[in-house]
Amino acid sequence: MIQVHPFIIFIASIFTSNMIFSNFLGMCSFIAVSKEIPTALGLGIAVTMVLSATTVLNYLVYWYIIMPLGLEYLMYILFILVIAAFVQLLEMTMDRYLPTLYYALGIFLPLITVNCAILGVSLFMVTRQYNFFQTFGFAVGSGIGWALAITAMAGIRSKLNENSIPEGLRGVPITLIITGIMALAFIGFSGMVQIQ
Amino acid sequence: MDTIIMTIVIFSGISGVLAAILTISDRTIGNYGEVTLTINEDKIYTVKGGSSLLDTLRNEQIFIPSACGGKGTCGYCKVVVLEGGGPVLATEKPLLTKEELENNTRLSCQCKVKQNIKAKIPEELFNVKEYAVIVEKMEQLTPTIKKLRFNLGEEEISFKPGQYVQLKAPAYEGNDEEVYRAYSLASSVNDKHAIELLIGFTGGIATTYVHQHLKEGDMAYINGPYGEFYYHEDDGPIIFAGAGTGMAPIISILQYMADNNIMREALFFFGARTMNDLFLVDKIKGFEEKLNLRFIPTLSREESPEWKGEKGRVPNAIDKYIENGENYSAYLCGSPAMIDSIVEALVKKNVPADKIYFDKF
Repeated sequence: MIQVHPFIIFIASIFTSNMIFSNFLGMCSFIAVSKEIPTALGLGIAVTMVLSATTVLNYLVYWYIIMPLGLEYLMYILFILVIAAFVQLLEMTMDRYLPTLYYALGIFLPLITVNCAILGVSLFMVTRQYNFFQTFGFAVGSGIGWALAITAMAGIRSKLNENSIPEGLRGVPITLIITGIMALAFIGFSGMVQIQ
Repeated sequence: MDTIIMTIVIFSGISGVLAAILTISDRTIGNYGEVTLTINEDKIYTVKGGSSLLDTLRNEQIFIPSACGGKGTCGYCKVVVLEGGGPVLATEKPLLTKEELENNTRLSCQCKVKQNIKAKIPEELFNVKEYAVIVEKMEQLTPTIKKLRFNLGEEEISFKPGQYVQLKAPAYEGNDEEVYRAYSLASSVNDKHAIELLIGFTGGIATTYVHQHLKEGDMAYINGPYGEFYYHEDDGPIIFAGAGTGMAPIISILQYMADNNIMREALFFFGARTMNDLFLVDKIKGFEEKLNLRFIPTLSREESPEWKGEKGRVPNAIDKYIENGENYSAYLCGSPAMIDSIVEALVKKNVPADKIYFDKF
């Protein structure tokens, strides 16, 4: 178990250990939903919510059920189960209270279930042996980091429409190239704090 | 052994707890309870909330036209929602005009019934019913067009000549969704227990169903009639124009004119590529004898010297046959591109725009 203040982990997971730019996790929805800022931000918020809640739930499941019973190999399937159920719950709630965002996110809301950033954070929490508060900071930070990355990408892509891009690079290819360049910029932060 | 049992117990336990949470929240968050639906201020229905307005109305036997089956792509299911519809969704905006947004028009397939709703629905839609029909006869008119006759049994349908019905294409092998597609009625309005449709094969879900799966004697479902495209009483001469299965509503109108001895001067421009694409010519020749009608098939790609009729596109033929269209009215049925070009040609000939009736498909 490492001794880092949860707040440092929180800040670090937004910038230096950003889920997208340093781990390349959650790429599919990152590329698909980063066309417009409002939808990107909406998905970012939804991912942050799911991440914070499921990671905390998975922490409890791991340390109070899986570990005492020695069922580590069940970790993956149980984590996914918790995530899937939580996304369902969120979908129902959003359909009722935030219909505009619900329809704007469309298929990507249920797809959060298989967003690898979500499972990734739960698994990092295990391998890095975080305690409860560290886990919470890490989860919220990773979510905000992911939201920041997708919103920034949406901003860049909305400006991109005004430029002439070679035909073969339009859409996904240029997005991947930009992601790479942004990742390079974020690498500049790495080494500032060590969280693992 | 212990591990195996433990695994099963833990896994089932956690799944069970999560399932219980989801079930409870479905009953609470997902339960919109009973809501009141007020249609045109006088019809009040108590319905279960939670589904789309289109589905809710269908359950109450009110059929709103919809060709895409609730996906928000066809834009047919427009309904004015006065109260309780919630915000206009991003999926609806592209299909609504500025005026429609101002008068609270919504796509009923996207608008969910979550609270008491007040809506306005055109009175004629209350005439719309669902019919279980039997395919009485199927006739191949051209390699791609089939004429189908459906028997309504005891039920009766009453429609205006030119209107359309929707045919339900159920799920079949290779297609797992249920869709409704619109087809114009090609039969006489006096034929109350049977209807005829002309259906061309396009490779789509419904036409594949009709051309490859539906057989004589099969059961099918239709609902209708719908549409603003129908015969209007007047005395001036008439221009009919259509292509392909666009002939269907025109036949129904001609039949109506024949039944009622309406002797208005009429020209029927029918666009096709070659002589092989012409069909039901005998039937129209029959109308030519009875009515003051002239049938002008216009072929765009016929090279054969046998063909003595018009060549080229329908707008050119209109240009040739019509001098001054001031007191004409026109009935057009065909693809959007074809209708736009014909409307342009008609307006040039001074045909009043409010007397050009059309059905784009």
